[in-house]
Amino acid sequence: MNKQSPSRSNRPALALHVPEPKYRPGDTPDFSSIQVPAAGEAPRPDIAAPDEETFPLCNSLVRVLDDQGKAVGPWDPKLDPDTLRKMLKDMKTVRVFDDRMYRAQRQGKTSFYMKCTGEEAIAVAAAAAMDPEDMHFPTYRQQGLLVARGYPLVTMMCQIYSNAGDPLHGRQLPIMYSDKEHGFFSISGNLGTQYPQAVGWAMASAIKGDSRIAMGWIGDGATAEGDFHSALTFATVYQAPVILAVVNNQWAISSFSGIAGAEQATFAARAIGYGTAGLRVDGNDALAVYAAVRWAAERARTNKGPTLIEFFTYRAEGHSTSDDPTGYRPKGEAEQWPLGDPIARLKAHLVVLGEWDEERDSALDEEINATVRAAQKEAEKTGTLSDQGFDNIPSMFEDVYSDTPWHLTEQRDASLAEAREYLGRDPE
Amino acid sequence: MSTRNMIEAINDAHRVMMERDPDVVVYGEDAGYFGGVFRATAGLQKQFGKTRCFDAPISEGGIVGTAVGMAAYGLKPVIEIQFADYIYPGYDQIVSEVAKMRYRTAGEWTMPMVIRTPYGGGIFGGQTHSQSPEALFTHVAGLKVVVPSNPYDAKGLLIAAIEDPDPVIFFEPKRIYNGPFDGHHDRPVTPWAKHEKSAVPDGHYTVPLGKAEVVRAGGDLTVLAYGTMVHVALAAVADNDIDAEVIDLKTLLPVDIETIEASVKKTGRCLIVQEATRTGGYGAELSALVQERCFYHLEAPVERVTGWDTPYPHAYEWIYFPGPIRMKTALKKVMAA
Ligand SMILES: Cc1ncc(C[n+]2csc(CCOP(=O)(O)OP(=O)(O)O)c2C)c(N)n1
Repeated sequence: MNKQSPSRSNRPALALHVPEPKYRPGDTPDFSSIQVPAAGEAPRPDIAAPDEETFPLCNSLVRVLDDQGKAVGPWDPKLDPDTLRKMLKDMKTVRVFDDRMYRAQRQGKTSFYMKCTGEEAIAVAAAAAMDPEDMHFPTYRQQGLLVARGYPLVTMMCQIYSNAGDPLHGRQLPIMYSDKEHGFFSISGNLGTQYPQAVGWAMASAIKGDSRIAMGWIGDGATAEGDFHSALTFATVYQAPVILAVVNNQWAISSFSGIAGAEQATFAARAIGYGTAGLRVDGNDALAVYAAVRWAAERARTNKGPTLIEFFTYRAEGHSTSDDPTGYRPKGEAEQWPLGDPIARLKAHLVVLGEWDEERDSALDEEINATVRAAQKEAEKTGTLSDQGFDNIPSMFEDVYSDTPWHLTEQRDASLAEAREYLGRDPE
Repeated sequence: MSTRNMIEAINDAHRVMMERDPDVVVYGEDAGYFGGVFRATAGLQKQFGKTRCFDAPISEGGIVGTAVGMAAYGLKPVIEIQFADYIYPGYDQIVSEVAKMRYRTAGEWTMPMVIRTPYGGGIFGGQTHSQSPEALFTHVAGLKVVVPSNPYDAKGLLIAAIEDPDPVIFFEPKRIYNGPFDGHHDRPVTPWAKHEKSAVPDGHYTVPLGKAEVVRAGGDLTVLAYGTMVHVALAAVADNDIDAEVIDLKTLLPVDIETIEASVKKTGRCLIVQEATRTGGYGAELSALVQERCFYHLEAPVERVTGWDTPYPHAYEWIYFPGPIRMKTALKKVMAA
C-alpha cells in the first residue's frame, strides 16, 4: 500500500514504530541506561498532600535501602527488627515454596506453576503494610500475600495439586487461590479483570461507611487491557479507598514492557492523566514497598482517594512452567538487574542493623526448607494431580448455581454412569 | 509435500499468504519476535519484518479494534487471540463492529480479516484455558466460523479464510496442535509425523470455506463433528464397530447443509458431537437444522454428545471432556431407537 496520490507525492512516507527491547538472546545485557536514583532521594509528600504533589514521583523511584543496606531518607518506615525479620522469613519462604512447586510440576505432580522469583518483596511488604481486614484483588504472582498472612502452606499446595485438600475442589488452575478470610480474592486467568473489582470493593466499603480498604494488582503487560483504564476512571471519579498496584517486572511472557507503552512513559505516570496520586517504587526494596503501600493506605483510609503505585522490578524466571525465556531474552539478564535481589537486600539491612548474621540466616534457611518440605509431604499424602481419579465426581456439578438445576443433575448422573462404564465398577 | 503438525501447517499458511499478498499483516500477544506462545507465527517477523508481524499489547479489544481500522484502510489483518478464553474483551469489537460493518455501510466498508484463536480442552488448562466458545460467534450474523481438525485442512482453510473478503473466526483445536489425537485420552498420543494424514502440500492451496467432508462413509447413522471431536467420533465409531458416516463440518457458519442433509436422509439417524458446554451450544443449532430438513427421514431422535454445563474443571478435565464412552452411550441410544 505504498501508493500516494500525486498531490501528496512530496510528503514523507509514514513509518510504523514497533518497540524492540535492547537485548535479545545472544546479546550481553546492560542496564546502565536505567536511571536509578540514589536511595533516600525522593521526597515524601504529606499524607494529606494534593495529588499533584506526587506527580514528580511518578517519574522517579522511591528507594529506601542504599547499596550498603542502610535505610535512608524520608521514606524510611523505621520498622522494628521483628517486623523486618518476619518479612525476610516470608520472602524466603515464598522463594523456597516456588522452587519446590516448580520442581513438583517438572515431576509431573501438577500441570502448571508460576514463580515470582525476584518479586518477593512486593507482595510480602504490601501484606505487612496493610491491615489483615483489607482485601486484595491479586493476580498470579502475589503468593507472598498468602504466605505473609499466615495461610497454611499445605492448603496452598493442595490447591496446586488439585487434590482432595484443595478448598477449590480442583476446579481452578494451580496457583489460582482464593480465600476470603485471608483477604485474598479469587484469581482469574483472564488478565486485568480484578482491577475494577478492587475498585468496586473499595467503593462498597465507602458506601457502607466501613474502614477497610482494597488493593488491586496488575502486571505491566496487562495494563493494556481496558479493565485497567476502567478501574482508574472509577477509582478517580469516586475517590475510592483503593491502592492500585502495577507490578512492572519488565516482561509479559515474551513481550517486553515497551509493548505495553513503557518506552514513552512510566506506568506510574498513568496516574497523572487521571489526576490521581501516583508513585514509582523500587520493587526490590522491601522497605520502599512497605513505605509506599503504607502511605497510600493511610491516604485511602482518610478519604484522600486512590493511589496508583508502580513497583519497578524484574521477572527473574520464566513466565510460567510453560515458558522458556531463553527464546526471547538474554541468559543472565536477571543477574544484571540494577536493583539487586530483594531478599539479599533486606538481609543486608538487618545485618547492618546488627539484628542478623550469617549463622541465623543459615538456620532460618534450614528451618524454611524443612517447613516447606514437610508441608509438601503432608500435601502429597492427600494426592497430586496425576493421581486424581474418579473420586467425588458429583462435586464437579456443584456450585455452578446455588441450587443444582435439573439439567446438571441429569448430567451428573450421566457422568457417573460413564465413570462406571470406564472403570468396570462404581466410582468411589 | 512436507509432513507438518497443525501448528507448522498454520505457520506455513501465514507464510504463503504473506509472500503472496503484501497487505497481509499478522499480530497478537507474543506473536512477533517469539512467534506466539504456541509458535503459530514463529519466524514470520524475521522473514517479513516488524511492521508485518509484531507483538501486540495485551488488549484483545485493542487488537480487534485496530484490525477494524486496518481492514478499513485495505490491509488484511490476521490476528491471534492467545486463547479463545481471552476473546471476550474483544467481543464488542467483533460482534458490534467486525460482523456488522459490511451490512451497516451497504458494502462501503468491509472487514477482510481473520481472527485466529486456540480453543478447547485436553491440556489441563482449567476453566480459563480450555473453553469452546464457538456458539457465541455462530450466533452473530456477518461472521464466518471455521474449525479445522487436521494439519492439511488447517493450512488450506486458513489460506481460504485469509483470501475470503469477509471476517472469519478461526478456532484452532489446541489439543491436536502438536500431534494427532486418537480420541482416547488415556492412551499416548502419536506424533503427527507418524500420521499419514498430516502430509501437507507446500505452497498455496485452499480448502474451501463452507464445505464439510465425509471423513468416514457409512450407512447406519450420521455423526456430525468438528475440531478435536472429529477424532473422538472416529475412535468411538471404530471401537463400536458401527457403520456410521462421520462428517467433519470444518465450517460452522455458513454450514454445509447439503452434505449434512444428504447424509442424514441416507442414514436416517444423526448424532452430533461438540466439546463445548451443552445448553445453547452449536450442536443445538445443528439438531434444529436436521430436524427441520430431515424430519420425515429420521428413524430416531437426533442426539447430542457434549461437554457438561459446568465451567471446565482443572482436575476433572477428562471427566468433562466428551470421550469415546460418552459417544458409545449415545451411539447405542440412537441405534436402538
Ligand atoms: C485477557 C487475557 N489475555 C491474554 C492472556 C494470556 N496471558 C497470560 S499471562 C500473560 C502475560 C502477562 O504479563 P504481565 O501482565 O506483565 O504480568 P507478568 O506475567 O509479567 O507478571 C498473557 C498474555 C490472559 N491470561 N488473559
